[in-house]
Amino acid sequence: MANHVESLRKPLVHGNKNLKTVTDDVVGIMDKKPTGLWWIGFIIAASALTLGIVAVSYQIMTGIGTWGLNKTVGWAFDITNFVFWVGIGHAGTLISAILFLFRQKWRTSINRSAEAMTIFAVICAGLFPIIHMGRPWMAYWMLPYPNTRGPLWVNFRSPLAWDVFAISTYLIISAVFWYIGMIPDLATVRDRAKTKVKKWIFGFLSFGWSGSFKTWHRYETVYGLLAGLAAPLVVSVHTIVSFDFATSAIPGWHTTTFPPYFVAGAVFSGFAMVLTLLIIARKAMRLEEYITVKHIENMTKVIIVTGGIVTLSYATEFFMAWYSGNGYEQFVFLNRAMGPFAWAYWIMVGCNLLTPQFFWFKKIRTNMIMVFILSIFINIGMWFERFVIIVTSLHRDFLPSAWAMYKPSYVEIATLIGSFGLFFTLFMLFIRYLPIISIGEVKSVLQFKGRHGGEK
Amino acid sequence: MKKYFVVSFDNEYDLVNATQEFKNSGFTLLDAFTPYAVHGLDKAMGLKPSRLSKICFMFAFIGLTIGLYGQYWISAVNWPINIGGKPWNSLPGFMPIAFETTVLFAGLGTVFTLLWRTGVLPGRKPKIYAPDVTDDRFVIVLTKDLRSFNSEKAEEISTIHHAVEWQEKLESE
Repeated sequence: MANHVESLRKPLVHGNKNLKTVTDDVVGIMDKKPTGLWWIGFIIAASALTLGIVAVSYQIMTGIGTWGLNKTVGWAFDITNFVFWVGIGHAGTLISAILFLFRQKWRTSINRSAEAMTIFAVICAGLFPIIHMGRPWMAYWMLPYPNTRGPLWVNFRSPLAWDVFAISTYLIISAVFWYIGMIPDLATVRDRAKTKVKKWIFGFLSFGWSGSFKTWHRYETVYGLLAGLAAPLVVSVHTIVSFDFATSAIPGWHTTTFPPYFVAGAVFSGFAMVLTLLIIARKAMRLEEYITVKHIENMTKVIIVTGGIVTLSYATEFFMAWYSGNGYEQFVFLNRAMGPFAWAYWIMVGCNLLTPQFFWFKKIRTNMIMVFILSIFINIGMWFERFVIIVTSLHRDFLPSAWAMYKPSYVEIATLIGSFGLFFTLFMLFIRYLPIISIGEVKSVLQFKGRHGGEK
Repeated sequence: MKKYFVVSFDNEYDLVNATQEFKNSGFTLLDAFTPYAVHGLDKAMGLKPSRLSKICFMFAFIGLTIGLYGQYWISAVNWPINIGGKPWNSLPGFMPIAFETTVLFAGLGTVFTLLWRTGVLPGRKPKIYAPDVTDDRFVIVLTKDLRSFNSEKAEEISTIHHAVEWQEKLESE
């Protein structure tokens, strides 16, 4: 127990930093030449993005008949990707808003990059329903605006219309929260900039921030308010995404456990993605003293908890299928575990139930390579969770004559790879050109070990 | 032309203590400049809690009203369409979007009010009284216009609280 108390008192960043060195370290990254690892990551990501652009252009020109969908399985890869990416975004808001409200000071080193990840993930997510429309140039029809077709408004009783509002609100609020948090750091970059161009760019981006405490005072209030708004927002977003399924009358989808199940799954997969990204970023950008093993460990603990909730949800679904006495429900769940898509189901169970259990061991939690590999397994598992939910419920219809199988076409696979390309390209550019660590917030927790620890 | 007395510190504790003492000794504080939001400085400077939370509530209320009434007006008044026999005014079904508009209005409204009120806007040039306030310096700026400004006392307080440097400044603009 004594050991435990001592570990709580460890400084949040390592290497005896003072205010000046924090600025130097974080802003210094932006001046230095990128590491080889950064270039490798960037080139792979940009190639994947190029592939995605080609695939999306092709399917928009040809039509979504290029996909493997049929009359029975009308949703598959595309909506799987959509739900997967929305879920990824949730960890960022959880770290930046909910941990802020709980006064978890360790979040300061990782919140900036986690928020950036949220924005990039939501951008990836938003693309899929738009591509799915087949005629993406009509996407603005989803918004309620006075028009000459009646006016024929959108149907506000439809969960798909709720999605439009939820996702766009989420994107806007996350972007604003991220940018507002970054203004003081952009001013730090401005004040250290040596070239005229850089001075001008960051002078513009930092909105004339002067460090005035009267501004700080109001800024802190607003930051708290935004955190308070973002916390219920993030829960609402995946709740609404789950309504896309739960409000339908399809066995396997029509269940009241979906909202909490989806939100926990989103946080679970999001934290896995944060781990994947930050383990790359801390290495590529030499930030091991800021994003410490302690940070990684804390996140793996969140994964244990949310992984547990996800496991409970899987069990609950099966229990309710049996307990309901509804033949269709029972069939769907037996078919999930033993039908033609059983392989996908068991990948999902293997990755999502077993992987988090490794994190009970400190040796594994503190081994970065192991954490990296396990986080990728969770990413895979959570992608398959959405695939299983969507495809297994659809491919065995109420009428056996309508039963069908689904096989993704190469266009769909290329689009998925492309979305990863977009996500990682944006993230790689972000860690190169913007302050990846919240300089101001890290400075405020440096004093954590200050006066009270006897050291100034 | 305005005159200022600018004192710099290298840590937040000295800054807060000095601010307290300047305030108690009757100096007029213009502002403080810090690299991060120093806790306790608002009390030392005698700043009132921000009213932005009320603004936030107001915008949230506007957002909720627009969200609810907008959906009602569109679905039940302007062009009612029978969808699955549901009532024109499907209030429970309107709640998710009403919630989203509430959050959207509250968030954007509060942030724009903050930016407008504090003058942190695109294209603005910062007013810098001392260097390095966005790096590692904590600065207090006192207005020196009043005849009663006691320079010796100000320097004394600065010395006691380990100020790194202090100087008089004229407003340049």
